[in-house]
Amino acid sequence: MNVAVEMDAVRQGELLDISEAGPAPKRIIAGFGFWIFLLSDIVMFSALFASYAVLAKASAGGLTGVQLFDQRNVAMETALLLLSSYTCGMMSLAINSRRYFATFLGAVVTFLLGAAFLALELREFQGMIALGATPQRSAFLSAFFTLVGSHGLHVTVGLAWLVLMMVQLSLRGFQEVVVRRLHCFSLFWHALDIIWVLIFTVVYLMGVLP
Amino acid sequence: MTILGKLDWSAVPFDQPIIMGTVGGMVVAIVSVLSWVTLKGYVPYLWREWITSVDHKRIGVMYIVLALVMLLRGFADGIMMRTQQAVAAGGAQGFLPPEHFDQIFSAHGTIMIFFVAMPLVIGLMNFAVPLQLGARDVAFPTMNSVSFWLTASGVLLINVSLAVGEFAKTGWFAYPPLSELQFSPGVGVDYYLWSLQISGIGTLLSGVNFVTTILKMRAPGMSYMRMPVFCWTSLASNLLIVAAFPVLTALFAMLLLDRYLGFHFFTVDAGGNVMMYVNLFWIWGHPEVYILVLPAFGVYSEVAATFSGKSLFGYRSMVLATMAICVLSYTVWLHHFFTMGASASVNAFFGITSMIIGVPTGVKVFNWLFAMYGGRVRFTVPVLWTIGFMVTFVFGGLTGVLLALPPVDWQVHNSLFLVAHFHHVIIPGVLFGAIAGYNYWFPKAFGFKLDERWGKAAFWCWFIGFHLAFMPLYVTGLMGMPRRMQHYDVLSWQPWLLIAEVGAIIIFAGIICQIIQLVVSIRHREQLRDATGDPWNGRTLEWSTASPPPAWNFAVVPRVGELDAFWAKKQRVLAKQELPLQRPAYQPIEVPRNSPTGVVTAFFAVITGFALIWHIWWMAGFGLLGAAVTLLAFMFRTRDEVEIPAEQVGLFDRAHPVEVSL
Repeated sequence: MNVAVEMDAVRQGELLDISEAGPAPKRIIAGFGFWIFLLSDIVMFSALFASYAVLAKASAGGLTGVQLFDQRNVAMETALLLLSSYTCGMMSLAINSRRYFATFLGAVVTFLLGAAFLALELREFQGMIALGATPQRSAFLSAFFTLVGSHGLHVTVGLAWLVLMMVQLSLRGFQEVVVRRLHCFSLFWHALDIIWVLIFTVVYLMGVLP
Repeated sequence: MTILGKLDWSAVPFDQPIIMGTVGGMVVAIVSVLSWVTLKGYVPYLWREWITSVDHKRIGVMYIVLALVMLLRGFADGIMMRTQQAVAAGGAQGFLPPEHFDQIFSAHGTIMIFFVAMPLVIGLMNFAVPLQLGARDVAFPTMNSVSFWLTASGVLLINVSLAVGEFAKTGWFAYPPLSELQFSPGVGVDYYLWSLQISGIGTLLSGVNFVTTILKMRAPGMSYMRMPVFCWTSLASNLLIVAAFPVLTALFAMLLLDRYLGFHFFTVDAGGNVMMYVNLFWIWGHPEVYILVLPAFGVYSEVAATFSGKSLFGYRSMVLATMAICVLSYTVWLHHFFTMGASASVNAFFGITSMIIGVPTGVKVFNWLFAMYGGRVRFTVPVLWTIGFMVTFVFGGLTGVLLALPPVDWQVHNSLFLVAHFHHVIIPGVLFGAIAGYNYWFPKAFGFKLDERWGKAAFWCWFIGFHLAFMPLYVTGLMGMPRRMQHYDVLSWQPWLLIAEVGAIIIFAGIICQIIQLVVSIRHREQLRDATGDPWNGRTLEWSTASPPPAWNFAVVPRVGELDAFWAKKQRVLAKQELPLQRPAYQPIEVPRNSPTGVVTAFFAVITGFALIWHIWWMAGFGLLGAAVTLLAFMFRTRDEVEIPAEQVGLFDRAHPVEVSL
């Protein structure tokens, strides 16, 4: 966050041998640790992607992606999620300049966009299940619901986290630990975007290829 | 559906005398330890100093205690299998019915990998890495405690399976379709899955923690090429944890969805793909081999350098070899199932990569040899384990190169030859290293050395017993004996299995020697006391502080100017270039505050796991709710550090003079 400001605080001599600079400040350590955690989460998704790729054609005589996927719905989901990443970025800027109102506004808009995404996704799932395309129907659908559902579960966790952070922010203000966690939240939220872009491509675009 | 799900009294195997005897023994042992602790009034002390401790050294010790206790359980399973196979030939049926034998070999593998080898190496890393880095603690101390307690939760669940219900009968990798609900309707596979899911989360968090610690918390001046080799191998191992364990989590989640909600990932019908499980399992499983063995390689490097009084030969090549193994370990997974029927070119690719990974390993062996060559080697207990490792491991590695040839592998696939091979690498590779590390760092952890005589006796029993127990299995494997046989009709196998049984008994004697070693050392601790903090004339930073180190590790954060910083400083002091002791101006130190978060999380994790295994849905909900509330309480905690005043730091530092301080 706000790298330009941080650079001013670094003395020139230490820039040359950053590996010898000694323990990093807590803010860096927390952010770095969370990056590593996100990488592990992405590895988990890569396993789910791999299983989806293996099972994508195993529809066992049931409905296939071409018949099930509604491109308009997916386009709307994608727009909502990418927009929420934008507003999440706006929230980060507001946090950096310690503006309460703008932070809350950014959080509320991010939450609403994320919740709308979830609603669309759940509606899609519901529609598929109504057609008899349940995860128990075929290996393809098992893999589909697991991959897309895991992403949805992450979005749900993110929304709950965001609410908690707003409670913390109103109770404690811009304390160091609160800012650190908000920073981690925004990393999480952007990572979910990356995964969604891959789901959009691998599941929904490649899934309707003739 | 009753209120207790699938659970009722028939879950307890009252009709199995062996199981009930073991369970009775375990219950008596646990109850007597608990009542002894309570009667002596140790509970507040244990709660304050250990259970809620977030100190990496305490957590490391607890990991190792946990691992050593589970080693006894895993070994008991092992020797039961050896005894069964030694007697159950021809007309004799042995003493273990097939149902029970299948659970034993599954439990043996699961326990030895996840609950012995993993906690051993993670415990050693916890204890030594922050000290070697010159750090005050790990990056996330409370999370570290959560990691440990989640591992302990997994251990508890797998032991509960002995008394309540059953364990998996599928082998330690639980391949479908056998592990699917259709063929394993009992709770055994669920015990396997949930205990590994829960402890797996703990392991993953450890990995995140250590990668961050090593990359971001090194003492000033410690550039990457000045890090001790153990820190390098730990870094590689934890990078692999971060990159491999999520695959296992995803894989087990898929199998759980199959079993609980009727999904079709690995079922035989509706398009499920069994070989996908096998592939994903070994995409985790092969890096796991290196997650375990790399830290042990680090221990050997430290031991070889320290006890030869020389710097490690080829430090840079050692680092390079470590990182090469770290990357290559992802390119060999298919050699675990050449018989899948992949095309010849796929098998050839994985055969070649499997042979290539032997090259950096070979580099390491030469480095250790040259580290000792020309040195003034002190044949202490850790050195014996190191030399024993080198001799044994090279041969184990050679049979691995043999197995890397797909045509050979096809011949001996799933035979005892394979069993002999992986025990031949994992016991000398991981276990010998962990025991070397345990003997090496014990004086740092407790302030007194372990008894040398019993330590050497333990080594020789293990070394001889190991060869007697596992070399015959190569022979029976080549004679065509499959693994996991509860009974066999080929009488010519029996003499070899009897020799293996003798070997297992000698290993048992080695374990007894180790228990005696610990007891004798504790009783003679005053004679074995080390007041200097540097009993072995060490090279790395952990030996520059008191034994046992204070909660803050170093009174003043050390400054590092070169590799083997502590050794270099000692040399300069000896040459009178520097004053030995400079009393610094002590500063107050912030140390992380104790937290019950870990143990409370584990409590709810066990409840959730147990409830899910037995389909007690209300209880699972309660457990998850409890875990969520615990997380909330942690998030809203306001004070997470306590300050140690400068006077207290100074008082401790003056009371524990070390020879040379950095």
